[in-house]
Amino acid sequence: MFIKENILLAIAGLKSNKMRSLLTMLGIIIGISSVIAIVSVGNSLTASFKTTMENFGASNIIIYVREKGAPSDGGGPPSFIGSGAATPSESDLLSDDQILAFEEHFADRIKTIGLVHNVGAAKVQDGHLYANVNVIGTNEGYKDTGNIKLTSGRYITEKDVKSSRKVVVVSSQLVSNLFAPNVDPIGKEIKAYGTDSIDTYMIVGVYKYEASSFGPAIASAKDTRTDFYIPVSVAKETSVNKNYQSLTVTSKIDVDTTKFTADIQTYMDKLYANNVKWEGSAMNMESTISTMTTFLNTISVGVAVIAAISLLVGGIGVMNIMLVSVTERTREIGTRKALGARSSYIKMQFIVEAVIICVIGGIIGVILGIILGAVGSAILKTAPSISVPIIIISVLFSMAIGIFFGYYPASKAANLDPIEALRYE
Amino acid sequence: MNKENIIDMKNIVKNFFIGTPNEVHIIKDIDLRVKKGEFVSIIGASGSGKSTLMNIIGALDRPTSGTYTLDGIPIEDMADNELSDVRNKKIGFVFQTFNLIPRNSALKNVELPMLYAGIDKKTRIDRAKYLLELVGIGDRIHFMPNELSGGQKQRVAIARALANDPSIILADEPTGALDSQTGHLVVDLFHKIHKQEGKTIVLITHNKELASETQRIITLRDGQIVNQKCNTAGFKRYQAGVDKHSVAESEVEEPILQSDEISTGFETGNDLETGNDFETEGENQCL
Ligand SMILES: Nc1ncnc2c1ncn2[C@@H]1O[C@H](COP(=O)(O)OP(=O)(O)OP(=O)(O)O)[C@@H](O)[C@H]1O
Ligand SMILES: [Mg+2]
Repeated sequence: MFIKENILLAIAGLKSNKMRSLLTMLGIIIGISSVIAIVSVGNSLTASFKTTMENFGASNIIIYVREKGAPSDGGGPPSFIGSGAATPSESDLLSDDQILAFEEHFADRIKTIGLVHNVGAAKVQDGHLYANVNVIGTNEGYKDTGNIKLTSGRYITEKDVKSSRKVVVVSSQLVSNLFAPNVDPIGKEIKAYGTDSIDTYMIVGVYKYEASSFGPAIASAKDTRTDFYIPVSVAKETSVNKNYQSLTVTSKIDVDTTKFTADIQTYMDKLYANNVKWEGSAMNMESTISTMTTFLNTISVGVAVIAAISLLVGGIGVMNIMLVSVTERTREIGTRKALGARSSYIKMQFIVEAVIICVIGGIIGVILGIILGAVGSAILKTAPSISVPIIIISVLFSMAIGIFFGYYPASKAANLDPIEALRYE
Repeated sequence: MNKENIIDMKNIVKNFFIGTPNEVHIIKDIDLRVKKGEFVSIIGASGSGKSTLMNIIGALDRPTSGTYTLDGIPIEDMADNELSDVRNKKIGFVFQTFNLIPRNSALKNVELPMLYAGIDKKTRIDRAKYLLELVGIGDRIHFMPNELSGGQKQRVAIARALANDPSIILADEPTGALDSQTGHLVVDLFHKIHKQEGKTIVLITHNKELASETQRIITLRDGQIVNQKCNTAGFKRYQAGVDKHSVAESEVEEPILQSDEISTGFETGNDLETGNDFETEGENQCL
């Protein structure tokens, strides 16, 4: 009934005491903005992780050889592995025979095995046209395990591997760097300039290149280093190491990947039982995603706790300032009562005031949170995501804080004895 | 002459409890009747219970015992909310310290009792403007209390007291915080309201000169009415003085000289305090 007048009065009161109002709101602002920021960063991070992980293939199991006692973090894409200080000797790695034996052992559950043998950086050049590449030896199975999406031609086959054909599957980025748009690159020969070799390959397939959100910042798309897939046998020709540090397994449909991963781990433990320095480790992307999600959830819970504490402190701050305000305005309350204000009106006046403080704090918090979320997303190179329900909930929640923490001071004001209040010095 | 009683108090007692064994008797068995349209003043030494009595008259406080009928309504057993409504509609308070609501303009202050009464905005604003005009500060309606002088604040307070067209205006030392000249102007305003709006006014004051211009003077001592004096002559003299004022504004000194004379006469009246029957006699002779 008098809500509009009360709101105007409360705003006038806040304006006349700007610094105090702002300090009072601080707890609410911090609480709400941290909730909004973490939710928006978390959402965009989760979304981005999911797409990235799904690109790698969520049902893949990665087996890799690593130093014993290395921290068993969530792991990462296979290309990150092996960057440690120690280098395994040939006998520590998985040989072709061992892989064959492994494949036979789990024949009922394995669909394909993807093999990778990294050669290194190279530059494909044709006159003044060029493209930066990362030469990788792969087998047929890698098409599945690496989640390669061909746009034209075919992938490396078992035949290519067996007869060590000089064929290559290149990225759409490379094609656009080296060929005119109307030229079909399939069947064309290109020269790759490595550190101490020049090799000629025939393009048999083109895959769709997608920039990874986790990749290092690149000046231009033209200079982007893209993967250059050649038969694994060709890749090994020039290399001293013939064995594999990692391989990726795609399981058949209906196979429980988590159980399968555990079984593979047991198998690997047996295989490496006598190796003092190295061990075989198995993990799957599904568990990586869930590790990531758990990690994000842990952060979210942490921030939620901080937010809850600052909202609690903020609420108590509001209560404190309202109690101060009631004391300061004792005579005013007495006068209002003398003029015929019912207790319920006085109570509402102070609750409205507390709610206004909290809602304004909440709105400032929402705006600040959106800005922080956008900054956070920009730093993490993910698309910012703003959750409208969270914003609405935040504002409603600030309102609830105002009512909750404003209630006691407001009751105190409402229950003042008018005569005592009018006498108050 | 035979007008209805706005205030009708019988055997009003007010005790305060200060710690368990101690009870102080501040108002001791007061009977008080004020007729509609009367302008009464209450005087008495500091601590004699004037403000306590006024709080009871104004429905801010309940008497310990006794009956009190305000404008025909018995109010001693009313609930708090009912008392709020009585204060809102029947009483207009004017305080010594003005008690304007800070951060509310003069207009908003006058609107406030009407807001509590649930009157619509347009009516509120129109009446508030009319009242501010009536008390002589129609040119300052948007001023904040801290932008007004003491006399101007008290004018706003009087306009606010009139907002809901109350049955009684209760003023507790309204001139106490003002210099004598400004105080006189404020009391002139009470006379104007009394005359033009026909309001019943109860004025508590220490200033005998101001009291001597009202229709009836009630003297309180130690929580009892010790003297009630009809002051028709003094009141008429004041009115005559005012009329003279309006004719010849230069004769400002005259009523002040007259009032000296009255207050001396008034002192002698105090000698008759003991006569309780005097009270009823005096009351009946008034108006
Ligand atoms: N709540 C209370 N508790 C105890 N004693 C009180 C209370 N209120 C008033 N009194 C006492 O009652 C007496 C009368 O007080 P009151 O304020 O009515 O005097 P007054 O006539 O208005 O005086 P003044 O002219 O100084 O304003 C005083 O002695 C005061 O101490
Ligand atoms: Mg007093």
